[in-house]
Amino acid sequence: MSTRLAKGGRLIDRTAAVEFTFNGKRMKGFAGDSLAAGLLANDQMLVGRSFKYHRPRGIVASGPEEPNALVNLGREARLEPNQRTTTTELFDGLEATSQNHWPSLEFDVGVINNYAARFMPAGFYYKTFIHPRPFWKHVFEPIIRRAAGLGKAPTQGDADRYEHAYAFCDVLVVGAGVAGLLAAKAAADTGARVILLEQAPVLGGRAPVDDAQVQGKPVEAWLSAMEADLAARDNVTVRLRTCAAGVYDHGYVLADERVADHTPGDGRPKHRLWRIRTAKVITATGAIERPLSFAGNDIPGVMLAGAVRDFAVNFAVSPGDRTVVVTNNDSAYQTALVLKAAGLEVPAILDARDVVTGALPEAARKAGIRVLTGHAIASVKGGKRVTGVSVCLQAGEGAVTEEIACEAVAMSGGWSPVVHLYSHCGGKLNWDNGISAFVPDPMRPPLNHDGSAMVECVGAANGDLDLSGTAPAIPPVWVMPQGAPIKLRLKMWLDYQNDVKVSDVQLAAREGYMSVEHTKRYTTLGMATDQGKLSNINGLAILADALGSEIPQVGTTTFRPPYTPVTIGALAGESRGDIFQPLRRTPMHEAHERAGAYFEPVGLWRRPYTFPRAGETHEQAVHREVVNTRTNVGLLDASTLGKIVVKGPDAGRFLDMLYTGVMSTLPVGKCRYGLMCNEQGFLSDDGVVARIDEDTWLCHTTSSGADRIHGWMEDWLQCEWWDWQVFTANVTEQYAQVAVVGPNARKLLETLGGMDVSKETLPFMQWADGTLGGFPCRVYRISFSGELSYEIAVPASHGAAFWAACTQAGKAFGAMPYGTEGLHVLRAEKGFIMIGDETDGTVIPQDLGLDWAISKKKADYLGKRGQERSYLASPDRWKLVGFETLDGSVVPDGAYIIADGTNANGQRNTQGRVTSTYYSPTLKRGIAMGLLKHGPTRMGDVVEFNTVQGGTVKARVRDTMFYDKDGEKQNV
Amino acid sequence: MLTLECPYCGLMADETELSPGYEAHLKRFGPASSPEEFEAYMFARKNPKGVHFERWRHSYGCGKWFLAARCTATLEVFGTYPAQVGEPPADIIAKIQARRPEWKAGWQPDGKDTK
Amino acid sequence: MSDPVSALNGASFTGFATIREIGPLGMISLRHKGGAALTKAIKAAVGTKVPAQRRIEIKGEMACGWMSPDEYLLILPYAKVGATMAALAKALAGEHHLAADVSDARAVFRVEGAKAAEVLAKLSPVDFAKLERGELRRSRAAQVAAAMWAQDGGFTVVCFRSVAGYVMGLLIHSAQPGSELA
Repeated sequence: MSTRLAKGGRLIDRTAAVEFTFNGKRMKGFAGDSLAAGLLANDQMLVGRSFKYHRPRGIVASGPEEPNALVNLGREARLEPNQRTTTTELFDGLEATSQNHWPSLEFDVGVINNYAARFMPAGFYYKTFIHPRPFWKHVFEPIIRRAAGLGKAPTQGDADRYEHAYAFCDVLVVGAGVAGLLAAKAAADTGARVILLEQAPVLGGRAPVDDAQVQGKPVEAWLSAMEADLAARDNVTVRLRTCAAGVYDHGYVLADERVADHTPGDGRPKHRLWRIRTAKVITATGAIERPLSFAGNDIPGVMLAGAVRDFAVNFAVSPGDRTVVVTNNDSAYQTALVLKAAGLEVPAILDARDVVTGALPEAARKAGIRVLTGHAIASVKGGKRVTGVSVCLQAGEGAVTEEIACEAVAMSGGWSPVVHLYSHCGGKLNWDNGISAFVPDPMRPPLNHDGSAMVECVGAANGDLDLSGTAPAIPPVWVMPQGAPIKLRLKMWLDYQNDVKVSDVQLAAREGYMSVEHTKRYTTLGMATDQGKLSNINGLAILADALGSEIPQVGTTTFRPPYTPVTIGALAGESRGDIFQPLRRTPMHEAHERAGAYFEPVGLWRRPYTFPRAGETHEQAVHREVVNTRTNVGLLDASTLGKIVVKGPDAGRFLDMLYTGVMSTLPVGKCRYGLMCNEQGFLSDDGVVARIDEDTWLCHTTSSGADRIHGWMEDWLQCEWWDWQVFTANVTEQYAQVAVVGPNARKLLETLGGMDVSKETLPFMQWADGTLGGFPCRVYRISFSGELSYEIAVPASHGAAFWAACTQAGKAFGAMPYGTEGLHVLRAEKGFIMIGDETDGTVIPQDLGLDWAISKKKADYLGKRGQERSYLASPDRWKLVGFETLDGSVVPDGAYIIADGTNANGQRNTQGRVTSTYYSPTLKRGIAMGLLKHGPTRMGDVVEFNTVQGGTVKARVRDTMFYDKDGEKQNV
Repeated sequence: MLTLECPYCGLMADETELSPGYEAHLKRFGPASSPEEFEAYMFARKNPKGVHFERWRHSYGCGKWFLAARCTATLEVFGTYPAQVGEPPADIIAKIQARRPEWKAGWQPDGKDTK
Repeated sequence: MSDPVSALNGASFTGFATIREIGPLGMISLRHKGGAALTKAIKAAVGTKVPAQRRIEIKGEMACGWMSPDEYLLILPYAKVGATMAALAKALAGEHHLAADVSDARAVFRVEGAKAAEVLAKLSPVDFAKLERGELRRSRAAQVAAAMWAQDGGFTVVCFRSVAGYVMGLLIHSAQPGSELA
């Protein structure tokens, strides 16, 4: 059984005991433990089940590469699935539960998949669940989804806070092992601004476990001196618990800082996502040990040799009294020596190599450990934990020469440099035959904006696996034993989490998979949450062998960010709740809230849709608002309307290019409606333009179009007509704008008083500056409703007060606020188009019967050439008309007008579609506008709209002016 | 996430402070143009793997448009320059030629300006 | 007439830094391509010289910031805007220019305290260690445009009025006690 040793443990504080639970079982650990160490100290060897076969799984590694020991952490609003126990710091009260089993970890019915394993080879799902088709959706997928998956997604909102932070430096060093510390110091010595990131809570990397001395000094002394040296420098920032997740273009690095994972609920952000911009990245990310492929290498108790010594040295945790070491390189001998020194037994070291003469093997022999060269594991014995190993010759086919009882197996198949960050942005790798691993190719690095190398790798990440710089060769051992028959290969796990075995990759090769990327997806090798940190190279080697090819020719799968999973919470940062996205509020927003407005989004703005009263539905409220505006007076918050000042000697000429009509001839004091098109000719925005003075115009845009149109203007002024003398300014937010609309509008303004708003002084389509109720204002006599209407702009700082003044003054005249839906109904009753309803990016003004707003005389305007294209000039275009349903009902939104026959896909032919459809409370019937082929020539025709329920609605084609055709109501 | 120097602000701007504007040095063709010319203006884009000229707007900064010459494959930036020019400045052409000797100068869709 | 009301009516928050919405301030956006008339007009309006690229010239409660090669932001007391607009029109008569009153289109925040820069470093891709005294930086705060500069032992942050609530929310989130960066 695994247990806590009586002595040692460099990272734990034996005076600070902590309590935690695993599947409800109370356990004890120490401050400084990882959760994995705490579990092993309590003899919890079995920690989970595998994904496909639900096989028992134990802790394999000691770092972020851990594929098995993933747990649910916390509960309810602090539940986090798939947390690696090896990187989770133990704290008092930690709650962990195991994953991927039912009904319990010890007894799991899904394990039946294990016994059926030979019927579930690579690509099983692809091959099996194809027919019959409907079964996939209704039978196979629900069952697989229930059986599959690792942790459970939390059902509650996350109780924690997250944030982003930006940082800048000259040199970013990733990894604070010896190589990283030296690189940081060297960079700091040049005066560079340095940030050093370390994913662990402590500095030092593997050195305190693997090395007695660094640069001739005892390792701990060397580390303390280095730590003090860096801490004393102003130009060095060290961040612990911070994992560089991805390297992106031009020195952009994302790093995830686990600020309060180990102190939940203390008010600090749980994670902080660092967005770092650096001139250079130095990765000192070390290397990850590879498992060996022998039968039963997934049984709990089989661990990486480096991890075994980490647990022993760092946490004083023994994996068992007797540990067999199996290896193809010298590093695993350290594990044997560490265990031996801790008073534990190492019955044998099985070394696949025939001749072993290094210093470490010699030390092991001297310590009295039995070393069997040329030997391998034939199979591991045990179920939920290791009970022993069968030994065989590596060169043979697995004939058992000996059986050794043990509780743990420490394996080492060599070390793979962590080249992920180097590769994220295109850095290329070379295969190093000496250490049987991919190493960075310094001649083909990812590039910075200036063409320089963006990432450099140092230390083990660069293939220098030993501090001496002369790592001994690691001969490849991809299968153990060499000639293992299928019976053994069926039990050799490559990917522990996704249950991919040697036999699966070999099968994929036999079935014709030659590309490593395809094989990965077919077998799911390396597609689990650990992203193949342990399995990829072994899998690659098996594939290369099966294809009769070499590893460099087969290549490696693409390394993509993040290096380790980053939670959605960290990625979202501050963007949650009220500040998920910027909401734009007008100066009257609070007044609308007090009035009980129901809001709708218009771009990022929130605008009142309607102001429902007690007991009213939204529809009833809209109808009331429309009728009241037509009979008394309505107030609309029109502040969101875009307002752009265009000024200069060439401003008139410029606007003539921008609008389809002529704006240069607009007299000062007057207003004119205008259309803007893109260069393809499609209608893009509309609004009223006011001539302010000789060289100044004010252009109104749609509410969501202000920034876009301002940008569009600047684009043409800066990039095409830069010699024209025109300045623009977007003054949308400078003004609060109130539309006072209806027969009593003038009376309301006269009550406010301060300026003459009579028909004679301020006729339709004119504007005037003045004051109303003491507020400085500009009054536009324009109408989007067909009623007598004024739009009044006041400085935004007075907007709320002015709205209140209008509301007060309007009381005597039946004034009510109305919202955007009322606005839509009012304009539709008058046949006014709305950008986004009548237009969708494929509609030209001519389609909408707006030829009157297009100058025939102008030689050019933006979109003119586009509109001349033959298919846009065709008489067969769908054109705007009005519709009245025969039964008075409302045509469904989005309905199409059906035509005879069907198209090539068997769908009903169409001849038009609805663009705006409303119940008109004024006319007490449904009204609609839409595009119809040859529409304007078909007045009186009856057409049919399809409906969602099936069937059709009949409607008569008519003009779009449903109400007050002669405009008598607005010209008063 | 690129960084590009805004030639107006003299500042290395983060990509999130910029807005892309696609290919640079397009020549506008208006009402009198042929269908072929208009098609080239509206739709024929180069999309090369290699040296490319682009429009960018420093939209969260000075609001100005500028042009950038960069390699779409390696993301190396050869230089940025104000938008008020008909063709790339000579020093940027020289820099590209030094870094990419195989590059055939050209920045218009019809290739007519190839030198 | 009512008193002018700033977007958040002077909201404030104290975390590891102090956040205050101030204003309304008088602000005029002045576009001009430069020259003697501009120099004179700016001097007369706010008493400063024409700021160089990315600089802000501050004189008491008035200032002039460089916004782009042909755009300046004049900052002055709210009550003086009307007269200053008239004076600018006169001083720049016959010159191609545009002066727009944007006093009401903006919200202004002060972020104060020894670690004020850390609040902003969570929101803007700006290297605050290299932000010079008197440098005006236009960038973004999370998802919206913002301009900021160091002043009087803190920072002044300007954004659009309609998103004042959003920016206040950002600043409160970023200044939470315990979330200091260093």
